[in-house]
Amino acid sequence: MKECVGMLLAGGEGKRLGALTHHIAKPAVPFGGKYRIIDFTLSNCTNSNIQTLGVLTQYSPLELNKHIGNGKPWDLDRRNGGVTVLSPYTGKTGGDWYSGTADAIYQNIHFIDQYNPEYVLVISGDHIYQMDYQKLLNQHKATRADATISVIKVPWEEASRFGILNTTDTERIFEFEEKPAVPGSNLASMGIYIFTWNTLKDYLLKDAKNKASSHDFGKDIIPTMLNDDRRLFAYQFDGYWKDVGTVQSYWEANMDLLDEDFGNTLNNKNWRIYTNDSNFPPQYIGSNAIVNHSLVNSGCFVYGKVNRSVLFKNVVVNSGCSISESILHPGTKVGKNSILERVIVMENTEIPEGTNIRVSENEEPVVLNQEILHGMLALTGGGK
Amino acid sequence: MKTMMGLINLEHEHYVFNELTYFRSSASIPFAGRYRLIDFALSNMVNSNVHEVAIFARSKYRSLLDHLGTGENWDLDRRNGGLFILPPDWNDPTDVSKGDLQFFHNNRDYFHRGKSSYVLVSGSQFIANTDYKEAFNLHVERNADVTLVSTKVEELKDEHTPSYRIEADDLGWVQHITNDRKNPKVFTGVYIINKELLIDLVDHCIAYGHDNFFVHGIKERLSELKIQTYQYRGYSAFINTIESFYRHNMNLLSEDNYKELFYKPTYIRTKVSNNSPVKYRSGAVVDHSILANGCVVDGDVEGSVLFRGVVVKEGASVKNSIIMQRCEIEEGAYLENVILDKDVHISKGQRIIGSKDKPFVIAKRQTI
Repeated sequence: MKECVGMLLAGGEGKRLGALTHHIAKPAVPFGGKYRIIDFTLSNCTNSNIQTLGVLTQYSPLELNKHIGNGKPWDLDRRNGGVTVLSPYTGKTGGDWYSGTADAIYQNIHFIDQYNPEYVLVISGDHIYQMDYQKLLNQHKATRADATISVIKVPWEEASRFGILNTTDTERIFEFEEKPAVPGSNLASMGIYIFTWNTLKDYLLKDAKNKASSHDFGKDIIPTMLNDDRRLFAYQFDGYWKDVGTVQSYWEANMDLLDEDFGNTLNNKNWRIYTNDSNFPPQYIGSNAIVNHSLVNSGCFVYGKVNRSVLFKNVVVNSGCSISESILHPGTKVGKNSILERVIVMENTEIPEGTNIRVSENEEPVVLNQEILHGMLALTGGGK
Repeated sequence: MKTMMGLINLEHEHYVFNELTYFRSSASIPFAGRYRLIDFALSNMVNSNVHEVAIFARSKYRSLLDHLGTGENWDLDRRNGGLFILPPDWNDPTDVSKGDLQFFHNNRDYFHRGKSSYVLVSGSQFIANTDYKEAFNLHVERNADVTLVSTKVEELKDEHTPSYRIEADDLGWVQHITNDRKNPKVFTGVYIINKELLIDLVDHCIAYGHDNFFVHGIKERLSELKIQTYQYRGYSAFINTIESFYRHNMNLLSEDNYKELFYKPTYIRTKVSNNSPVKYRSGAVVDHSILANGCVVDGDVEGSVLFRGVVVKEGASVKNSIIMQRCEIEEGAYLENVILDKDVHISKGQRIIGSKDKPFVIAKRQTI
């Protein structure tokens, strides 16, 4: 028996990330110089001692499956428990894709029941944050809640973009509003839930029978529970939390890592971020290179200027280049005398000599892969 | 299919590493930012399709065990074969073996159980990125008893002194194994030997009370054995003194050497550590250097090798130095021609300057 089983929703397509998620699921998008987005939640589980975890995949799962493997980098390779990748399946009565977040859990009730847990933690693989789920669980137990939802204070002017929870003084939730025009509070749901398993199971079974339901936690399960006057509590989280749902926010979250004060996030020895590491040699910084305010991973060769940028493994920046406020995914090769500003370059893209791509501050950063780059260079006649 | 099993023999290696080997065997000396010397021998074996490797280790092997673990980083965590770290002793009252023969004698099972008919033997001090498939083909083709891997050294230095030299005829048959210091054809310590022969020679050495398998089993019986030599061509280094350790680290700052050692289809494997990418802060001025992950740089770094997790604070300066894992260099400190072993803390404003020929070495975990 396990006290708490984690269910990580990793099937999302991440449409608003454009080319970044053409071939891979959003949780598998490279992030922070050597990680993938899902590493933050996987590492949170490891660091919070959640040792039994189901990862629900659906959209383009190849890279994601390969990345997770047997869970070894996160110490989730366990004889009893550990990580299990749960993809949609067919059975005697047919089968179906996961039609919503709640449906994904519903279709895997048998997975959870194997461990006979008291609680289930439901999280998603597309946020950047470092959080101790044990604290959430402790509060859940102390308040004898049916569900506890982790919330974060957002600026009032942005509150109408989020799912907002209205609570009493004792953190008890009495109302949930999805993207309200006039928000009643600025406590936004982080999409992190702990449920008492028996209660949730009842609601999942009922919800599955409801043809009108969209089978979503935020839209269906939580409102129904509130209607039934169940004990729902908010857990206030006050650390860094970022949804990387758009190209702009993906870029911002990477740039946040470069902040001087933020520097300990990845290096925090008490809360390490684990990933499926490679065996590339140390980075080589050439004689005339200038590297500043940046993150650079192993296997890189830098001969030019790199400022406020994130370089993944095996990237080459040749002499005369100037790279700023950009993110270069693994294997990117930048030809001599190129200028890149506010650009996101996808894996293994080769940028020809003398390329000049600058995106101004008020525009969304540009995502490049070989195909997009060809199109752009054809239009402008290359370079300039 | 003809295959080899591997043996890394750390017994009888000559070295003068002073502070660097106070707490570790020479095979686990850190090298090139994130490696240990043994990674090269081990990776070259794995890259030669060797799937079981034994290591003879007698002393100070705590750090070696920690580094090797289950062997998974070298793909040596296998159901069959894999990594064997073998001790020299056995509870055998009749055991009269000495030197490395103790290891051979007390670990015969390793050789008996292995399915390969050939053994690839190596030390830890020959640094190269290669595989021995070609040498093995030659060994089999020529029907040799032993094939010694040699390399022609352009400039002989002190580090070559302990190595034997090879004299061979036009067909590569070895005529003499000498101590001739002027002969540039240096034995790398790597050789291939037929397994049955190895066991016979072990018995012979023990019977005659010998204490060094290579010297007494092979070198002294040269006339009775068919010994080939295979010449390795490519970048290599012998590391057995502080001076050669320092110089070869520095040589890697030349891009050609660096690429020859690390950027080949075969690659050098080591223990992965899950450090974050290197963080360059606004005060960072780094050139002509190699840096491993986990470093945080806010000062000047020039012509240096920084291992994982080194912190160089604002206004600190590191020149022509080797800084090992997790050292911290505080504001305004100045280091030139220095080797800092792991976990050294350099306080604010300290100045430490060594010379190119005699770098200043600071032992592990000191605060200065």
